[in-house]
Amino acid sequence: MSTTLSINKLAKFTTALTPTSLTFSQDVIKDALAQLSSSEFPTTRNEQWKYTRVGKIAAIEPQVKTEYTRKLPKYSIAENAVTFVFENGIFRSDLSYGEVINGVTIKPLTACTAAELVSVGKLAKIEGDVFNSMNSAYASDGIYIHIASNTIVQKKIQIIQILTGNQTVANTRNYLFCDKFSKAEIIFGAFSHDATNSFNNVVTEILVEENADLTIDKIQYEEAGNYTIATENVQQAKDSTFTINTLTLNGTIVRNNLTINVAGTNCTTNLNGAYLLKENQHVDNHTVVDHLTPHCNSNELYKGVIDDKATAVFNGKVFVRKDAQKINAFQSNGNVLLSDNASVNSKPELEIYADDVKCSHGSTTGQLDEEAVFYLRARGLSEKSARHLMVSAFIGDVLEKIESEDVLAFTQKILQERFGWEF
Amino acid sequence: MGYTENELAKDLENQEYKFGFVTDIESDKAPIGLNENIIRFISAKKNEPEWLLEHRLEAFEVWKTMTEPEWAHVHYTKPDFQAITYYSAPKQTKKYESWDDVDPEMKATMAKLGISMEEQQRLTGVAVDFVMDSVSVATSFKAKLAELGIIFCSFSEAVQEHPELVKKHMGTVVPTTDNFYAALNSAVFTDGSFCYIPKGVRCPMELSTYFRINEGGTGQFERTLVVADEGAYVSYLEGCTAPQRDENQLHAAVVELIALENAEIKYSTVQNWYPGDKNGLGGVFNFVTKRGMCERNAKISWTQVETGSAVTWKYPSCILKGDNSIGEFYSVAVTNNYQQADTGTKMIHLGKNTKSTIISKGISAGFSQNSYRGLVQIHKNATNARNFSQCDSLLMTDTCGAHTFPYIECKNSTSKIEHEATTSKIGEDQIFYCLQRGISEEKAISLIVNGYCKEVLNQLPMEFAVEAQKLLAISLEGSVG
Amino acid sequence: MITIKNLHASIDGKEILKGLNLEVKAGEVHAIMGPNGAGKSTLASVLAGREEYEITEGEVNFDGTDLLELSPEDRAREGLFLAFQYPIEIPGVSNVNFLRTALNEIREYKGQEAISAKDFMALVREKSAIVELDAKLASRSVNEGFSGGEKKRNEIFQMAMLAPKLAILDETDSGLDIDALRIVASGVNKLKSPENATIVITHYQRLLDYIVPDFVHVLYNGKIVKSGTKELALELEEKGYDWIKAEVDKH
Repeated sequence: MSTTLSINKLAKFTTALTPTSLTFSQDVIKDALAQLSSSEFPTTRNEQWKYTRVGKIAAIEPQVKTEYTRKLPKYSIAENAVTFVFENGIFRSDLSYGEVINGVTIKPLTACTAAELVSVGKLAKIEGDVFNSMNSAYASDGIYIHIASNTIVQKKIQIIQILTGNQTVANTRNYLFCDKFSKAEIIFGAFSHDATNSFNNVVTEILVEENADLTIDKIQYEEAGNYTIATENVQQAKDSTFTINTLTLNGTIVRNNLTINVAGTNCTTNLNGAYLLKENQHVDNHTVVDHLTPHCNSNELYKGVIDDKATAVFNGKVFVRKDAQKINAFQSNGNVLLSDNASVNSKPELEIYADDVKCSHGSTTGQLDEEAVFYLRARGLSEKSARHLMVSAFIGDVLEKIESEDVLAFTQKILQERFGWEF
Repeated sequence: MGYTENELAKDLENQEYKFGFVTDIESDKAPIGLNENIIRFISAKKNEPEWLLEHRLEAFEVWKTMTEPEWAHVHYTKPDFQAITYYSAPKQTKKYESWDDVDPEMKATMAKLGISMEEQQRLTGVAVDFVMDSVSVATSFKAKLAELGIIFCSFSEAVQEHPELVKKHMGTVVPTTDNFYAALNSAVFTDGSFCYIPKGVRCPMELSTYFRINEGGTGQFERTLVVADEGAYVSYLEGCTAPQRDENQLHAAVVELIALENAEIKYSTVQNWYPGDKNGLGGVFNFVTKRGMCERNAKISWTQVETGSAVTWKYPSCILKGDNSIGEFYSVAVTNNYQQADTGTKMIHLGKNTKSTIISKGISAGFSQNSYRGLVQIHKNATNARNFSQCDSLLMTDTCGAHTFPYIECKNSTSKIEHEATTSKIGEDQIFYCLQRGISEEKAISLIVNGYCKEVLNQLPMEFAVEAQKLLAISLEGSVG
Repeated sequence: MITIKNLHASIDGKEILKGLNLEVKAGEVHAIMGPNGAGKSTLASVLAGREEYEITEGEVNFDGTDLLELSPEDRAREGLFLAFQYPIEIPGVSNVNFLRTALNEIREYKGQEAISAKDFMALVREKSAIVELDAKLASRSVNEGFSGGEKKRNEIFQMAMLAPKLAILDETDSGLDIDALRIVASGVNKLKSPENATIVITHYQRLLDYIVPDFVHVLYNGKIVKSGTKELALELEEKGYDWIKAEVDKH
């Protein structure tokens, strides 16, 4: 009964979108459309969406954006970086700048040949995934980054995505390829400007080849009243290192789906996340580290501070497949609730099919240690600064893993502006 | 140190399922299948009051609208509910006046189970209720308990003798509509145990129930209801066995515990239903709903050692309703060959200053899959709630799997929740160290495994702990990969 | 007691022992010294029967039996004891339970009856005194939460309990302060008898001030390159190993 009603919802939603004109595989688009035609927006009955309702997203009446917002203030995380800006999933060449870096190809997907995009869609799962499917069928544009083998990129690179307007739906698609023995750090910043009730559906596919080392800094700072679903599908080849730092600082509904296939031996994988929530924010981090091969290490640390009526969700999965022996996988999730109306749902999962492994996960939820707060006050700190100090110490574990000074400085600035926290 | 692993050596020689024998007692069986008439038949057989029949029929109506649960990590052929005999009583259903009246063959069965009642009565003073193929056979020590006002009898007897207590409490913790198997049980349950400890009484002995499925093609649907009135205390033990059979037998029990203000219930289970043979043929499907309700200052403690069953699906839970109430869950789940276990607990914190502790130890061997699935839920009013969970998995081979799925839901900022989990392989260094001291590999494993489970085994009463240790050794025999 | 002839052993295809010869008679104490990487711990592991090592050549006769044919537990039951360089922790298994199981399995192997609980506890009391091991440690889990010194003392306590014919002490002195060293050494000395023998593997001479060896051997590059009396140990302490290396490499 409700099924018929809701099928109309997704179908209605997608009819308002513009089919993709990107030159990647028609099969991917076909599969995506087929998946969409037989699906509906997920409900909380779906285990993957148990704690996150997408009703607000489903209720959007998507507006087709035909032109740019002519004037946009400058959004930036790193000064003097090679910067590419997308507004509502459409490339803004007028706002992008920076010099050419040797061995690095950066351009919008719309400027790519079919040959360059031949692997797009190979990592992002279509089956059973409505938002990946929607992105595959309706992606407007996104960034293409290719780092040639043996290239060590010292120059900063930042990709800025800005959401504007009312009831805007942006389907942004990114593709990153780090060839053998290359090394790079790339910053992704998500912002919004005068946006209301808008939705950014971002899918990023990342390939890290043999012995390559890639770091992604993902900063989410969209205005209240907007929604984000950001999906990263990563594949690591042997001896590679992949690090991703996810910092969620605002946004009414933010859902991150991070899936890392560790498909070669001797890999290192680092996942760090910090989420700082207040008002009625809802932030959901779903992570999967899938160890397919032996002798790898993964470290996952996600910490959140939740205030007001905000809700945080953490679901971290670590798979160790049958032949993936000698894996060390560590996962930790910590939450501090600052208000009586804040809530957290944490589900750290281990699925182990190999026998010679060392895996552990931990999850803690609590409030600030009142004894410690009192101790600090007894040493002359005001209650407010005592609490800030405690929060900063708590979240500091994650922040200290971030190497980019630009990202740190930006994060600290936002924390001060938005939360009044000094770090 | 009441035992040594040395004593286990003898048991280790027995490779086959130790309890695989069939008792030859004529059964009084209901026709195969499930419909309203069968339910009326069961109810009539048990001479039940009208309200209970109504209760059963309501449950049956609800059950018909429900679908069987699906779990990602449990794979099995679903039982054909029309191919099961829902009532199978050993033929002599007359009530035994004393232990001497019990059919000698049945006594022999119990002796084979290693739980000779005579011996138990003499040596340990444990009061035993014995449920075989769903019907309670004998309850010992009744008179002695009656002096203290303690009621310990079969469920059917309680329905006849204490209908007001049964009617008041039954279904209050596990409602008929709770889940597929709880609804089925509510419709067709045949017997079980009932226990009531009056206000302020500390039950002086361990109460114990043994369950056994004997007839082929039967299901066992027993119900246990334990009520500890204000300030009362009881320690309750439950043991389960079934004979070897090629087909899968279904066991869908419901256990309800009610701990009123300041009461404490300790509920221990040693489950070794037939696990199927080494190729995964046969074995019991163990789909059990166990839940306890804690009022103010009350405490419920679940301890379980699970080594049997082809498929286990079980989450003994505590609803911490009253302020300052405490819930505990200590579990060892061993899976070998093709066994599958999906077990854990739910701790629902409703009251203020409620505390829960979860210690779960999973051991996987052979081709088995062993999952911990647990929920810790802190509700808005559960100020200062505390939870500590520790879930450890030990892997014996590279063909088995161990999984941890903790759900942590917190809606109160003053609560504190800690969850820790580890997965590791049985250490080759540890085994070598034992070998160098002259200990055989089998025994080394038994030592290490028992050491690993110690925190849980320590929670069991002594006689049960010894039995549990033996079971662990037998279950894991020849399992190191 | 033990005769090792031309022993070659390798791990992961790399040869560590390259034709080692050694004879130890009952009542004797032998010290094996040598620089790091000489193969000292490999010798201990091979004799105890660690399966990672492959014996490519040679023979070991242990009191009339072919040691290399025995499983690790049967070597232990025949009376070979290894005090581990890094004693293993076994959580949840009490020291006494562990030892009682070991003792009874060894007795069973020898066709003796299991020891009674009473006799066993008396033995525990008697033997724990030898290494001044706190009775509380006997009931704690095997080596879990023990300090470094306690672990080593526990090894000697186990040795006392199991009364082996041949004890091999693998770097038992490493990481010990002088008091612990004295206790461990005096434990070993008390256990010495004309019927048993001890092989002390060490890097430092200082242990040999307390456990006086009848013979000192220098192990270098997988072979025993020099043997002597306890004076040799003093010479090594003074001059280091370089002169021996030079002497050997010259040939």
